[in-house]
Amino acid sequence: MKTLMKKALLSAAAISVSATLALAADYPDRPIGVAVSYGAGGATDFQARIVTMVAGNEDILGQPIYILNKPGAGGRKGWNWFATEAEADGYTMSAYNIPHFVAQSIKGGVKYSAASFEPIANWGADPAVVIVGKDSKFNTMQDLIDHAKANPGKTTTSGAGLFVGHHIAALQIEKACACKLAYIPTKGGGAAAMKAVIAGEVLAGVNNLSDAFRAREAGNVKILGVADLERNEFIKDVPTLKETGLDVDNSSVNFRGLMVKKGTPQAVIDKLAAQVPLMFAHARVTKRMKAGGSPMKIMTRDEVKAMWAARETTLKDLLAGL
Amino acid sequence: MEFLSYFGGVFEPIALMLLFAGTVGGLILGATPGLSPTMAVALLIPFTFHLSPTQGLILLGAAYTSTVAGGAVSAILLKIPGAPANIATALDGNEMAKRGEGARALHLSFLASGVGGVIGVLLLIFLTPLLAQWALKFGPSHLFWIAILGVTVIGSLDSKSFVKGLLSGCIGLWLSTIGTDDIMGADRFIFVDALSGGITIIPALIGLFAIPQVLDMFAKGRVSAVIDTIDVPRYKVFDSVKELTCSLRALSIGTVIGSIIGLIPGVGGQIAGLVAYDQARNFSPQKDKFGTGHPEGVIAAESANNAMVGPSLVPLLTLSIPGSPTAAVLLGGLLIHGIFPGSDIFDKHPEVVWTFINSMLLGQILMVIFGIYTAAWAARIAKAPIPILAAGVLVLALFGSYSVGQSMGDVQIMLALGIGMYILEKFGFSAAPLVLGLILGPIAGDYFNNGSMIAAAQDGPWVYFFTGPLNIILIAMVVASIAYSFWTNMLRASFTKVPNSEAAK
Repeated sequence: MKTLMKKALLSAAAISVSATLALAADYPDRPIGVAVSYGAGGATDFQARIVTMVAGNEDILGQPIYILNKPGAGGRKGWNWFATEAEADGYTMSAYNIPHFVAQSIKGGVKYSAASFEPIANWGADPAVVIVGKDSKFNTMQDLIDHAKANPGKTTTSGAGLFVGHHIAALQIEKACACKLAYIPTKGGGAAAMKAVIAGEVLAGVNNLSDAFRAREAGNVKILGVADLERNEFIKDVPTLKETGLDVDNSSVNFRGLMVKKGTPQAVIDKLAAQVPLMFAHARVTKRMKAGGSPMKIMTRDEVKAMWAARETTLKDLLAGL
Repeated sequence: MEFLSYFGGVFEPIALMLLFAGTVGGLILGATPGLSPTMAVALLIPFTFHLSPTQGLILLGAAYTSTVAGGAVSAILLKIPGAPANIATALDGNEMAKRGEGARALHLSFLASGVGGVIGVLLLIFLTPLLAQWALKFGPSHLFWIAILGVTVIGSLDSKSFVKGLLSGCIGLWLSTIGTDDIMGADRFIFVDALSGGITIIPALIGLFAIPQVLDMFAKGRVSAVIDTIDVPRYKVFDSVKELTCSLRALSIGTVIGSIIGLIPGVGGQIAGLVAYDQARNFSPQKDKFGTGHPEGVIAAESANNAMVGPSLVPLLTLSIPGSPTAAVLLGGLLIHGIFPGSDIFDKHPEVVWTFINSMLLGQILMVIFGIYTAAWAARIAKAPIPILAAGVLVLALFGSYSVGQSMGDVQIMLALGIGMYILEKFGFSAAPLVLGLILGPIAGDYFNNGSMIAAAQDGPWVYFFTGPLNIILIAMVVASIAYSFWTNMLRASFTKVPNSEAAK
């Protein structure tokens, strides 16, 4: 009897060991979900659907990826869910938005921080830009800053919400010019913030480069500056904020990528970290992303790790006074 | 008349097939509880990757129009509004279905949707440049007043008692404050995780409308030993057409209100049906029939929510600003093919835009045909024995609220609200004003906050909210609406002296 028990235990142990190994080796053997913390049709959702569309190819993951929308509270609801309820088995990933989730975790009141997640790879980088309406009297950043200095707290500037890239950019501009804007987090996100600028409800706005680029093509806005380290290929004629004399770096750039929950088996993370960048770089993906005016920036797991750490430091510093 | 020359594109074999597929698929998706038009269109986007831009947009355009109409099916037959747009449809439509007139209600709803929808798309075709400027005029202060205007109808909406209507509206307004406030960044009334994103509107709709009904059905099943079913007579389509032409007032009120409200970005579709319903009742000589299964209620609500489809795309196509969540998904569908909407889109990509618009026009007509064709069968649901129907609705309610965000939290919210509403209904409160409060609360609150922040940087809130012609007009409408409902209630109270009959029920 005892030996039987022992045998049974041993074989059970053997099965469980081989199951873990098999899990990693066979991964993925069923479709993988990607939780997007924003609604269907938003930029993150839209891009996530494009960059994951070739996941089913045999040379990528061999299994399709589907999107789970978990919108609410500026992304907090989705990431809270991911950090607390999702399984750490690699079959549920999440899209991240930097600086949003890092800034939120610094402000507190959420159940996650950068340490709750393991980055896989980055697919996109959408810098924030400063825009004004097409008939605005402001033609350069200098005009705008002069106005802000002359009228502290009167330069209404729309953006998509609190503690998102747009807000961070506005805070950095205020810090750099030692002047005071009036940042207006607009109900309805980036699209509504853009409308506020076009309709003249606000004097200026901070918005996504991709949306501002389209609005400029349509003749509705002027773009005064890019909050990034170098000029962007979509709008080569627009200077960076640094060039205009404002000490603003790329902390507000909206990075998007995929991550898994902390505790996911290392073998799974390694496999994803190797394959996912290939998926992002697939010709069909890049073609669609370019057509949609969505700037891509593919970064590997190690690069993303470094970027997350750097953001955390800058944001802690920037948000300390708020 | 430029659009006529592009009609050929819709009649190519593949395009026509997609149009059929989009319409039928859209009707089915729209009729599925929990799948809003936004979600349905988002689900279809990946399919358009493999199509040409024109073909992809034909699919999306047809699906958009028919999902909005499809929502009426579950609203009428099961009292589960598929989307906020169909709330008002459920009020009278479901009463009709309970009498066995489901087929008639469905006929009228599809015909009214078709008429409203076609007129809405025609507005999009002919008046786009004009309408675009109009859509831009609404800033935070105006949207705030529009939301307040919506709040003023709460008292009179689907309630025998004005005071109970107001109270239930207030409960809705309070429920709407739950969650993280996006503008101030403050947490409000979040005691459990499921509430951190606030009360999601679709699970709330399902809970508030379907669950009390299910509980009622179960209660009824226990009292009577015999399972009773109702007769479902067949209705001739011709009769429905005739009835529609006799209800021109409701039809035109619905269409006009739907088109105007649909145009306003950020408010649009959610309240078009309810406002049209309320106005149709105000102007009707048979006011008291509304809410008891009056066909005009269905006609007004459905013509309004489909009339909104066309105009809601104006800001998207001309200014590249999506005015509704569905428009945002369609923007994605355009971008993916490298088409940037803007004032020059009609010159740069005429074949794509016009084919898209034409497909919506044809989609409306196809939707009417398919809808009416299937109505007679769908209406037979009412024949099902009550316990089975109740179980079926419960399953759909659970499935629908889970599928919105794959979250058990939403299911819990749905059930909690449903049970709460069941108790409230026993005391004579009704769900429609509560839902209106739930929808309008965040609109009013956030635009007020938004407006105050802008006002603080300009000349102060008084100037910002109370001056300017558009503000004044809207304020006048608010005052008139309040005065009107007080006046009619005083009148009713003093002449009829109806005791509070609802409470005794």
